Amino acid sequence: MLSFLPHIVLPPTPALFAQLLIGLINGAFYAMLSLGLAVIFGMLNIINFTHGAQYMLGAFCAWLALHYLGIGYWPSLILAPLVVAAAGILLERLFLRHIYRLDHLYGLLLTFGLALIIEGVFRQYYGSSGQPYSIPSSLDGARDLGFMFLPNYRAWVILASLAACFGTWFLIERTRLGAYLRAATENPTLVQAFGVNVPRIVTLTYGFGAGLAAFAGVLAAPIYQVSPLMGSNIIVVVFAVVVIGGMGSILGAVASGFVLGVIEGLTKVFYPEASNTVIFVVMAIVLLVKPAGFFGRTA
Amino acid sequence: MAGMPSAGLHPRETGLSPRWALILLALPVAAAIAGPFVLYPIFLMKALCFALFACAFNLLIGYVGLLSFGHAAFMGSAAYITAHVVKVWGFEPLAGVLAGTVVAALLGAVFGWLAIRRQGIYFAMITLALAQMIYFVALQAKFTGGEDGIQAVPRGHLLGIVDLDDPFAMYYFVLAVFLIGYAVIYRTIHSPFGQVLKAIRENEPRAVSLGYRTDRYKLLAFILSATLAGLAGSTKSLVFQLASLTDVEWQMSGEVVLMTLLGGLGTVFGPVVGAFIDVTMENYLAQYGSWVTVIQGVIFVICVLTFRRGVVGEIIHLARRVSPGRSEAPPPAAVAQTAPGE
Repeated sequence: MLSFLPHIVLPPTPALFAQLLIGLINGAFYAMLSLGLAVIFGMLNIINFTHGAQYMLGAFCAWLALHYLGIGYWPSLILAPLVVAAAGILLERLFLRHIYRLDHLYGLLLTFGLALIIEGVFRQYYGSSGQPYSIPSSLDGARDLGFMFLPNYRAWVILASLAACFGTWFLIERTRLGAYLRAATENPTLVQAFGVNVPRIVTLTYGFGAGLAAFAGVLAAPIYQVSPLMGSNIIVVVFAVVVIGGMGSILGAVASGFVLGVIEGLTKVFYPEASNTVIFVVMAIVLLVKPAGFFGRTA
Repeated sequence: MAGMPSAGLHPRETGLSPRWALILLALPVAAAIAGPFVLYPIFLMKALCFALFACAFNLLIGYVGLLSFGHAAFMGSAAYITAHVVKVWGFEPLAGVLAGTVVAALLGAVFGWLAIRRQGIYFAMITLALAQMIYFVALQAKFTGGEDGIQAVPRGHLLGIVDLDDPFAMYYFVLAVFLIGYAVIYRTIHSPFGQVLKAIRENEPRAVSLGYRTDRYKLLAFILSATLAGLAGSTKSLVFQLASLTDVEWQMSGEVVLMTLLGGLGTVFGPVVGAFIDVTMENYLAQYGSWVTVIQGVIFVICVLTFRRGVVGEIIHLARRVSPGRSEAPPPAAVAQTAPGE
């Protein structure tokens, strides 16, 4: 029975929960990154291919700060996003600004080129292999939940990413600045006529998205190794997540990120060979069943 | 060579007089024939394979306005199939190339069927994601050899007669493959089918309202593009006697975008120029490691910001300004100014 699927055996419960946890962790990163992509796309109408590189930059900022300046994890968690956000603002001012009137596709190509530049420079100096970054001592260790051991740092990552996602949602949906932003997304000309500086909102939005990616990068540094390629590896998966969830809603991006992370984790338990591809398969199925995605707003 | 179409230098497109067009056409043909006597054949063969790959890609972006960010999947899987069929099953090289091309066509049918459900930016992301799936399959499957790839692929004897281990024989075989692929693309673009594709690029809702089933046209163009990309990949695996993960990586998908953008989106000859520039650059800069990636990134940025017509598009644009008066010429390579997609 089922001999054609030799890998489907019921795993012991701890292994199941362990993979579920890993799935949640991955999902946390998918959620934060696809959220950033959605926010940037909403305002700039650009798919930010540089997002992966900005995530990588966040992790590298933390690593470099520790290595050369002795700045630890906690300050880096604030500083790295600020640095990357500032770099993002510069990028928007220097490059992206000039192509808003062009087709969306040029935005993709431009940010792809920028990602190549950033990654190429880091690969030249730090090679393709990863640099280890240790877990801050205050979050070392694990606690016993009865059915499994939960490493403290992983619990922190999930909490922090939920907080970041909620904070973003709150900022956009519940504050005055967010109201300007949503209005400017709907009708930039009209909002500009009311005296709101729309180009500045656009710049800040891009900086915010870049900073969010960097925040995710710092969170990721102790879990995955800090490597120049960490961004491009994850960004393709995040694109698939975005296709599945659609970029129309913040909660949609967050929810699909977490759900797909968990699906990926479960696949690792039941059919490990497919764990790398399962999200793409889900994407293909979603395209067949619901071509616009689950929270879709067609581009 | 007489049967070869005018290589995209048709007076209607360039505003050039027929005599100039003929001279401009004769140059690359002469260069292609004399090439291996002057330059390293392997280098030329690599450039020709990439040129065909870029032309196939350009068929989609330049004439239908669809940006595929996953063309490496077709090139790479065709390369693997050809390498396997020739090396393990011991088939003759032409059969190997055909097998690879057919598989790329089938893959293209599936990808196209899925991807054309969404437009613009989503189309690009979907093709990228599907191609990444092929990458992981190639990484894990047994027959692809994982990180090692399929090495020492025998070139064999073409139709059992011509020994392809001879670099000159191999070169002219690759040249023939390229010319066939190029002719197919040229015929497609200048056929009624190609006109409909351009109509879809310019204004899809309008094409729909004129009664065209645009999805079918898009799918067919996608399959054709995938097939020719596969043809390039199959040939490349014989040239280098290797099929490896490099051919299926997303970097390869990005590189073909770069070649086409640099040469000129929506120009028939542009991708060829772009491919030669890119391959030459890689050849000379190989020793500088990752700086090649950085330079490619810089070229992307420059092309998008200030050089959207590309090399050939810019030349056509200049030629038209030098000899105005041919007002029948269609508007300059439309993609460069308006927009692909949408």
